[in-house]
Amino acid sequence: MKLNFQHNMAAHCENGVTSNLLKFYGVNLSEPMVFGLGSGLFFSHMPFIKLNGMAVTSFRPWPGAIFKRVTGILGIKYSHKKFNNQQNAMQELDELLTQGIPVGMLVGVFNLPYFPKEFRFHFNAHNITAFGKEGDTYFISDPVMENVETLNTSELLKVRYSKGTYPPKGRMYHITEVPKNIDLKSAIVKSTRKTAKDMLTIPIPMFGVKGIRFMAKRIRKWPAKFGPKDAALNLSQVIRMLEEIGTGGAGFRFIYAAFLQESAELLNQPWLNDVSKEMTEIGDKWREFAYLAARCFKKRDGGEVTYDMLADILMVIADREEKVFHQLKQIKL
Amino acid sequence: MKIEEVPQDQGFLVEGKLRDVCYAVDENGQYTKKLSTGWDPKNAAMVMAWDVVFERVEEVRSKVLAGDLSPIAFYMELNVMDAQILADYTGLSKFKVKKHLKMKKFLGLEPNVLQQYATTFNISVEDLQNIEKIKQFELKHEA
Repeated sequence: MKLNFQHNMAAHCENGVTSNLLKFYGVNLSEPMVFGLGSGLFFSHMPFIKLNGMAVTSFRPWPGAIFKRVTGILGIKYSHKKFNNQQNAMQELDELLTQGIPVGMLVGVFNLPYFPKEFRFHFNAHNITAFGKEGDTYFISDPVMENVETLNTSELLKVRYSKGTYPPKGRMYHITEVPKNIDLKSAIVKSTRKTAKDMLTIPIPMFGVKGIRFMAKRIRKWPAKFGPKDAALNLSQVIRMLEEIGTGGAGFRFIYAAFLQESAELLNQPWLNDVSKEMTEIGDKWREFAYLAARCFKKRDGGEVTYDMLADILMVIADREEKVFHQLKQIKL
Repeated sequence: MKIEEVPQDQGFLVEGKLRDVCYAVDENGQYTKKLSTGWDPKNAAMVMAWDVVFERVEEVRSKVLAGDLSPIAFYMELNVMDAQILADYTGLSKFKVKKHLKMKKFLGLEPNVLQQYATTFNISVEDLQNIEKIKQFELKHEA
């Protein structure tokens, strides 16, 4: 049995699963629209949370936030569950599929057989959709893959019960109810205000625009604090987070610019096109940062690029993002 | 980023299987999707992450060949695990896993315990016990 489910590639797995599930129920939203409605743009730099022994830098909110916010803001109802018992987790999945319901799942990538080996770190917040089963084979729509993939029962069980930080514990979700009328315009306004608010007003220095400045300040100190080797390692980890698979380039800034462009037309508010253009330029600036950072940590330029220079670029980015979000905060219908 | 600037620096991604979706503007300023096979700065960051792993694996390998640490320690590092993750995967206690990282303890392990480790590492028990295989193991990344 295979549901009539359209697999569309997306930059980011959570956008992709959300957009593909909504499409199945007749709600056609592009990836940038899903990302924007989910207030997916964010920044945080958290020295107290470690990944590979280094500070975590993130360009988006916590995993699961986008799906939750998009469905919430559009009035779509869903069911969400985790399982202590592995057999129950698979049985319930099978039952939903038999009822013709595609199921989103949180999985770890470490044991995901179709992923290239180099990407298989212990990352436990990947999203996929199962949309059919024949014999022992599940049909899987993984938004970062170009084609539909398959997993057998034991493979799927392994990724649903991967271990490490925040294990998925068989988490799965499916849409239960879609309202007849969806008010996309007011949803755009609400979610844009939320994004702006999150980027501007969280009173802790690690988040939003303040977080970018906070990271810049720390980066200046890295060479003295960590020594050249570990400073380079820390920097390379920032670049991995900024440009990892799924950001659509420049830590989601381009996807967000695409959302603003789409919204300009939907709301008939041309000023959003100007903001979109500015966001694109900010994205380019982030890419310049990545390019120079890579030269710095590869040490190919004989020390020409310094940590101070990189911090300066971040300060410029922070100023420009601050301006953009002050504009976006004023959005009205 | 303009469409023609979407980088195509072949690295870890595989065309026709997994590529990076990028959002970029076309000549009319309209955003569109374009697939990328990779970008040098990103590839370099990836190489660096794996080099750190490989460095640790090398260190452990020499200790395994010296008869100090066990093959479990080698495959644990190779799979970017620590004792806690390994304990979670095998269902053994972290305390036991730490003991099994020593060659002395490893040599006395029951077949069913060895099997638990082998399953976690996706290898056979024979391979887990094969020191020659560890000696020959080639550490490399694709890009």
